[in-house]
Amino acid sequence: MKKLLIPAIIALSVSAAFAENQVATLRGTAPLDENPDAPVIPKVVNSDIRQVRNYPEQPPVIPHKIDGYQIDIKYNQCLTCHARSAIEVSQAPMVSITHFMDRDGQFLASVSPRRFFCTQCHVPQSEARIELKNTFVDVDEVLDYIQSQGGGSE
Amino acid sequence: MRRMISRFWRVMSKPATHLSLGFLTIGGFVMGVIFWGGFNTALELTNTEEFCVSCHEMRDNVFVELQTTVHYSNASGVRATCPDCHVPHAWSSKIARKMAASKEVYGKIFGTISTREKFEAKRLELASHEWARFEANDSLECRNCHSSESMDITLQSKRASEAHERFLLTGEKTCISCHKGIAHELPDMSEAAWHGKGDPKLVQSYLSSVAD
Ligand code: HEC
Ligand code: HEC
Ligand code: HEC
Repeated sequence: MKKLLIPAIIALSVSAAFAENQVATLRGTAPLDENPDAPVIPKVVNSDIRQVRNYPEQPPVIPHKIDGYQIDIKYNQCLTCHARSAIEVSQAPMVSITHFMDRDGQFLASVSPRRFFCTQCHVPQSEARIELKNTFVDVDEVLDYIQSQGGGSE
Repeated sequence: MRRMISRFWRVMSKPATHLSLGFLTIGGFVMGVIFWGGFNTALELTNTEEFCVSCHEMRDNVFVELQTTVHYSNASGVRATCPDCHVPHAWSSKIARKMAASKEVYGKIFGTISTREKFEAKRLELASHEWARFEANDSLECRNCHSSESMDITLQSKRASEAHERFLLTGEKTCISCHKGIAHELPDMSEAAWHGKGDPKLVQSYLSSVAD
C-alpha cells in the first residue's frame, strides 16, 4: 500500500499543477519560449522624511536616493553627511553611537570597520507593489490586542 | 656661419622690390588666418572626448567610471564630455590649461599612471588638483551647464534644496565643495573617510599626514 501511495501522490500533484497550468515562478505565466514584459522599475522614495521603525532594533530605512554613492574601501559617501563631524552642515542624523563599538564592546573614535558598509543594513525604499501580504504587527498593536482581550498589564 | 646670418639679415631687411605692398599685407593676413585657424583646429582636436579616451589611462579608468554616472546617461539625454568639465571655455584659460597638460604628455611617455595600481596611487593628487581648480574658479565648468540662478530649488529634493539654499545661494560654498566624485570614483581617502572628511582642507591634512 505504502509503495503505491507515494507515486499516487506525485501523480496527483503533477496533474493538479497541469490542471492549473501555472507553476509559480519568478517569470510569471509567460511561456518558456517567450520573453515576458519586464515590470517597470519602481521609483525610489526620495522624500527625505524619516520613516517609522517597525521595531526598536530595526535599522532605519534610507528616505532618499543613494544612486551612485560610493561605499568601498576607498571612500564612504554616506559619511560625508552622516559622520559625527558632518552633521552640522548636513543636518542629517548622526550614525548611531553603537556603530563606534568594536566587537569587544570598546568604543572607537569613529565608525568601526564592521559597521562600515552601510547598505548591509540600511536600504532605500521604492514605491513597488507589495507582492505578498505581510502580516507583521508591531509591539504596540500586540499590546493593544492583549489589553482588548482583558490581558494583564504586569 | 656668421656670413650666412648676415646675408640672411640683409635679405630680410631689404624692402621688397618686386612684390607690391598690397600683396604683402593681404598675403600676410591670409597666411596668418591659415596658421591661426590651423592652430585652433589642432587645439579643438585635442578638445574632444575621443582624444581624451584615446589613451588607455583615461579610457580604462575615469571613462568607464563616468559611464555609470548621470553625466553619461540620464533621462534627458544631455551629457557632459571630458572637456566640458576639464577644459575652460575662455581662450586664455584654455591655453593655460593646455600648457599645463604638456606635463601630462610627459607622464604618458614615462608611464606615470600606466596601470590601474599606479593610477590609484596617484589619484588623490590628481583629484586634489581638480578640486583646487574648481574651488578657485567657483566651479565655473559646472556652471557652464548648471546655473544656480536657473535652478528651481522648489523642484529639488528636500535635502538638495536645503543644502543649496543654505550654502550655494549664499555663496558660502561652491558646487565642488559638496559634489566631489560626481563623475568618477573618489580616490582612496580611507583614512579621511573614517571621519567623514570630505572637504579639501581635511584632505590636505590627510595628504600631509600620509606624506610623513
Ligand atoms: C555639459 C553640461 C554639464 C556639465 C559641464 C556639468 N553637468 Fe552636472 N548635469 C548635467 C546634466 C545634463 C545632468 C542630468 C540632468 C538630468 O537628470 O537629466 C546633470 C546632473 C547633475 C547632478 C544631479 C545628479 C543626480 O544624481 O541627479 C549633479 C549633482 C551635477 N550634475 C553636478 C555637477 C557638477 C558638480 C559639475 C562640475 C564638476 C557638473 N555637474 C558639470 C550637465 C552638466
Ligand atoms: C552645501 C553643499 C552643496 C553645494 C554647495 C551644492 N550642492 Fe548640489 N546638492 C547637495 C545635496 C546634499 C544634494 C542632494 C543629494 C545628492 O543628490 O547627492 C544636491 C543635489 C544636487 C542636484 C540634484 C537635485 C535634485 O533634487 O534632483 C543637482 C543638479 C545639484 N545638486 C547641482 C549643484 C550645482 C550645479 C552646484 C553648484 C552651482 C551645487 N549643486 C552646489 C549639496 C550641495
Ligand atoms: C561632470 C564633470 C566631469 C566630467 C564629464 C569628467 N570629469 Fe574628470 N573629474 C571631474 C571632477 C569633479 C574631478 C575631481 C575628482 C572627483 O571629484 O572625482 C575629476 C577628476 C579627474 C581626473 C583625476 C583623477 C580622479 O579620478 O580624481 C582625471 C584623470 C579625469 N577627471 C579625467 C576625465 C576624463 C578622461 C573624462 C572623460 C571621459 C572626464 N574626466 C570627465 C569632473 C568631470
